[in-house]
Amino acid sequence: MSETHKKLERSAIGFVLAIVGVASIGGIVEIAPLFTIDETVEKVEDMRVYTPLELAGRNIYIREGCYACHSQMIRTLRDEVERYGPYSLAVESQYDHPMLWGSKRTGPDLARIGGKYSDEWHVAHLIDPRAVVPESKMPAYAWLARNDLRTDDLPQHLTALRRLGVPYTDEMVENAARDAFAQAFPDSEMADGVAERYGAETNIRAFDGERGRLTEMDALVAYLQVLGRLTDAAQENADIAAAGEAE
Amino acid sequence: MAVGERDPITGIHTTGHEWDGIKELDNRVPRAVIFFLVVTTLFSVVYWILMPAWPLGSTYTRGLLGLDQRQVVEESVREANAQRATWTQEIAQLDFDEISARPELMQIVAEAGKTLFGDNCAACHGLDAAGSPGFPSLADGTWLWGGDPQTVAETLRVGINSTHPETRFAQMPAFGRDGILDAAAISAIVSYIRSNAEGIADLGPQDAEGIEEGRRLFADNCAACHGAEGRGDQAVGAPDLMDDAWLVGSDRQTLVRTVWNGRQGHMPHWEGRLGETERKMLTLYVTEILAGRENRQQ
Repeated sequence: MSETHKKLERSAIGFVLAIVGVASIGGIVEIAPLFTIDETVEKVEDMRVYTPLELAGRNIYIREGCYACHSQMIRTLRDEVERYGPYSLAVESQYDHPMLWGSKRTGPDLARIGGKYSDEWHVAHLIDPRAVVPESKMPAYAWLARNDLRTDDLPQHLTALRRLGVPYTDEMVENAARDAFAQAFPDSEMADGVAERYGAETNIRAFDGERGRLTEMDALVAYLQVLGRLTDAAQENADIAAAGEAE
Repeated sequence: MAVGERDPITGIHTTGHEWDGIKELDNRVPRAVIFFLVVTTLFSVVYWILMPAWPLGSTYTRGLLGLDQRQVVEESVREANAQRATWTQEIAQLDFDEISARPELMQIVAEAGKTLFGDNCAACHGLDAAGSPGFPSLADGTWLWGGDPQTVAETLRVGINSTHPETRFAQMPAFGRDGILDAAAISAIVSYIRSNAEGIADLGPQDAEGIEEGRRLFADNCAACHGAEGRGDQAVGAPDLMDDAWLVGSDRQTLVRTVWNGRQGHMPHWEGRLGETERKMLTLYVTEILAGRENRQQ
């Protein structure tokens, strides 16, 4: 073996080819599974897309670096399943570009936070975390309640995601800015359009508790309240497992 | 290339390269390195055979051990449930009074309830259940909907103003914003409440104005939910306004704002997120351990 290697080392082209061959194994191992991604991601019928308001909230979540302390991925470990709920499925982040799974938990995982707490709690907590959780070390994000939400660029955000395979329709893109407003104004005429386009399960309410103004707080709370709620697949999966146990 | 040249001191072949008079010895690779290379290579081969490893188009090599992370976690959850079954079954079958009469079960409720409360309820109600403005205290013995275990269990199940189809529903109208009462009338009502409620320490000259007018307006506008005496009504979730427990605040400004804008608290429903036995343990943890036995009948 050592003699062969000695010869290989002394042939420049041969040695370069050998290095390329070995190094490419690492690349292939990472890239090859992506060719079968369609088979990896479960197909579920009830998977919804983010509404424009939720998407704006997601962008704020990324802008403020929430992902640096909060993961969105419940691993297949007993303590996580018992604390947070059913483990995450690939399909749940099907429309996340980029995904926000994360690997660092300074705060708790947020994959199933949607519906766990009230809007009022989220607003109070984001304005001053220690007002509701005295032991918290999360920074305050009080300006979100003061900043008006920018909506004029939402159609472009939807278009960009559509190019990546998120099934936004022309109608959704066209009405993106209007829908973002309407989702936070339940009494407005436009609100029906949101439920029609994005499904009856969509949360339509004044998320920040303040009527007549669309703030970044509305968007972020709308996003947090939909985390883990875009499909029931994970819950159904857990129910099937529980039913199997009962038998 | 001077292959075959030996170093005169050690007698080992050199590589034949020379840098400023220094020559490199062509030593063998140390045994330990070879050893670890061989061991780790063998380990990876064995691992490929035993564990899920190589992608094969639409499937992958599943490994001889047949390990599947999802099955593993389901199995471990099942095992944990089986271990707990000795007491979870009893708690599921017995009613609240029977459980609270059994110290060994209440010990479990105290331990498991603390974890459940910390994971799910403490964010709003606080770890000590003392609440904060807008988020009710569970420890002060006053209840919006009732503090007996059946009522608390039902509140946990359906929530308050939640998205559950059977949710408890309560909304205080926005008397000022929606033009039902003007500012003077609201001020009079607040004077009436503050001058009659227990334990208001910061009474000012303003609170003495319009008390009688406030009493009349209270009877017309507020008594339907809060009762003629302002003692509240747990059937509709209307708080007692005459006791010293305040949901948001009892200062004049807060009360005026409350009547002007109305209030509607939200509590999520826990059916679906927590199992029935878990909710039962939480109920007992709240009513028996946090609130204390003496408050059960309130």
